[in-house]
Amino acid sequence: MKLYLVLAWRNIWRNKRRTILAALSVIFAIVLAIFTRAMQHGSYDYMIDSAVRMYTGYLQIHGKGYWEERSLENSIEIDDEFLKQIEAIRFVEIAVPRLESYLLVSSKEITKVANVVSTDPEKENQMTKLQQKITSGKYLSQNDEGLLIGEGLARMLNVKVGDSLILYGQGIYGTTVATMSPVIGIIKFAIPDLNNSFIYLPLIYGQKLFSMENRITTISIMITNPKQISYVLNEIRKIVNDNYNIMTWEEMMPELVQGIQLDSVSGLIMLFILYLVITFGIFGTIMMMTAERTKEFGVLLAIGVNRSKLVLITTLEAIFISFIGALTGLIVSYPLVLYFHKNPIRFSGELAEISLKFGVEPIIPLSNESGIFVAQTLVVLLIALLSSLYPINYIRKLKPIEAIRL
Amino acid sequence: MPLIEIISLNKIYDKTKVPVHALKDINLTIEKGEFVAIVGPSGSGKTTLLNMIGGLDSPTNGKVLINGINISKIKSDELIDFRLKNIGFVFQSFNLIPVLTAKENVEFIMLLQGVTKSEREKRTIELLNAVGLGDKIDSRPYELSGGQQQRVAVARAIASHPSFVLADEPTANLDSTSAEGLLDIMKELNQKLGMTFIFATHDNKVIRRVRRVITLEDGKIKSDVFQN
Repeated sequence: MKLYLVLAWRNIWRNKRRTILAALSVIFAIVLAIFTRAMQHGSYDYMIDSAVRMYTGYLQIHGKGYWEERSLENSIEIDDEFLKQIEAIRFVEIAVPRLESYLLVSSKEITKVANVVSTDPEKENQMTKLQQKITSGKYLSQNDEGLLIGEGLARMLNVKVGDSLILYGQGIYGTTVATMSPVIGIIKFAIPDLNNSFIYLPLIYGQKLFSMENRITTISIMITNPKQISYVLNEIRKIVNDNYNIMTWEEMMPELVQGIQLDSVSGLIMLFILYLVITFGIFGTIMMMTAERTKEFGVLLAIGVNRSKLVLITTLEAIFISFIGALTGLIVSYPLVLYFHKNPIRFSGELAEISLKFGVEPIIPLSNESGIFVAQTLVVLLIALLSSLYPINYIRKLKPIEAIRL
Repeated sequence: MPLIEIISLNKIYDKTKVPVHALKDINLTIEKGEFVAIVGPSGSGKTTLLNMIGGLDSPTNGKVLINGINISKIKSDELIDFRLKNIGFVFQSFNLIPVLTAKENVEFIMLLQGVTKSEREKRTIELLNAVGLGDKIDSRPYELSGGQQQRVAVARAIASHPSFVLADEPTANLDSTSAEGLLDIMKELNQKLGMTFIFATHDNKVIRRVRRVITLEDGKIKSDVFQN
C-alpha cells in the first residue's frame, strides 16, 4: 500500500501549479461553505434564542388541555420544591412560573381587554429582561400589590405611574375577579400586540387575585444548550405525571420553524452552488490528470498492473488533492469562525433598527458547531470520491493496445 | 511443449474503409531460451505479431499458445494477470513510471505479484546491478539517459521472472553506444538465465546479435533463419 500512496502522492505533484490551483478552489469553496453555514446556523440559533427569551422559553409545562383552551381550570398546582426539581435538571437555566389570564381593565372612562401575566418578577427579569423595558416607574418586587402595563395600553387607558386601574373578570371555576390596582411601572415592548395588551403582576398578588394560591398555568423553561432540548424534555417527563403537558418551542412557534426551514433551503441552494465549484475544481483536475496519462495507463495495463490497482491510484490522487484543500480550508476557516463567534457581525441600517425595536441586538454570531466543519469536510471528500468515478470508468474502457499507440 | 506456438494466425483490421490484412496465416514456434528478432519493413506486421504474442491484441482467427495456453481465450482482465506472471515488456520509448525511482520502478512489478519486501529489495538491487545501474537506484527517470532508462526497463521486464521478454524496437531511441550496451546486457541475461527475448526491430545491431531472424513482409513470414 505504501508504494501506491507514494505513487499517488508524487503523481499529484507532477504538475504543481495545477494541483495548487485545484486545492485553492477547494480551500476557497470550503471556507465559504463553512462560513456561510456557520452564519446561517448562528443566525437561526440567535433568532430562536431571542424569540424564546422574549416569552415562551425553549420548553413549557402546562396543565393538560391548557394550550388548546387557555382556561384557568386547566391550571396546575406547584410548589417551590417542584420548581427546584426542574431547575436541578442539567442544562436548565431557569424555570419561570406564570399565571396567565384575560381581564377587563378600566380607567376612568375606558375599558379594554388585557392579557394579565402574573409572574415571579425576579425570574421573569432573568429570562425576558423585563426590567430593561421599563420606561417610567419601577420594576415589580415579589410582594408588590400593583402592576406593570404596556405603553400602548397605558396610552389607550390614559393612565400613568401612580394611577389606579380596575381589573375585572372571571377567575377559576366561575369566581369573580375584581380589584383596583395601582400602576407601578410602564413597559415598552417592540411588538405592538404586546405593547397594547400586556399587564404584569407579581405572582403572589396574581394568585391571590384569582383565588388560585399555589396554582399556575405555565412554567417557561430556558436551557443553556438548545441542542440538549430532548435530554431536558425526557428528564422533565420523569418528574411530571400525565396531568402535565410539555411543549417545545417548535410546537409553540411553528411559524418560526417554517421561516427557518424556508431560509435554510435558500442557504442549501447557495451551498449546492459552492459544491458545484468544488466539483468542477476537483473533477477538472482529475480529468486532465487522467487524459494526459492515457499512454502511461496503457503501458501499466500491458505490463500487468490490473485495472483495480490503477483505479486505486487515481482515487488516492483525488483524495489527496481534496484532503489538502479540505484540511487547509479547515485550518483557515476555524479561527475565522471562532473570531466571528466571539465577535458577532453587527449589521446596520433599517434591518438593525427593526431588530432593535424587537429588543434583539442587530448581530449575527457565527455558530462554531463542530458538525458544520465535519459535514463540509465529508461532503468535499465525497465529491472527491465521486470525481474519481471518471477515471474508474475511463480506465475500465481503456484498451492497452490503443493507449500505447498514442 | 514449445514456449510459444502460433497456429494459422490472421489479423484483419476492419474498422477502416478498406480492411487491412495485417497478419496472414502465420505459423511459428519459439522455444524457451531463444534470442529472436522479428524484422521487416514498416507495415510488415512485426509489431502486430508482437502484440498478439503479448496478448495486447486479439487475433481475427488462429491461435497463440503460450506454454500450451490459448491466450486469445483468456478474458481481458485475466489476461492482465497472465501478462504480469508470464511476459516482460520493453518498449521503444522506455515508458517508465516518471514519478518513481529506478528502484521503485523495478520493485513495483514485484509488488503486484505479492513478492515479500525483503525479496523485492534483494532482487531489485541484483537486477539493477546486473544492468549496470547499481549506483542509480534512487534516480528518477528524468535523471537518467535514454540508455539508462531502457536498462531500467529491461530490469523491470525481467523482475517478475517472466517466461519471455517482448522488446518492441528497444534500441530505436538510443545512440549506438547505449544500444550496444543494452544488447550486451540482454544477451548476457539470455545466456546466463536462459531468458527468452523476442525483438521486433529493423536495427541491424539487434539483427546481428540474435540467433534467429524471422522476416515478415506484407503480413506473411518471408523467411525464418537461424544464424551463428
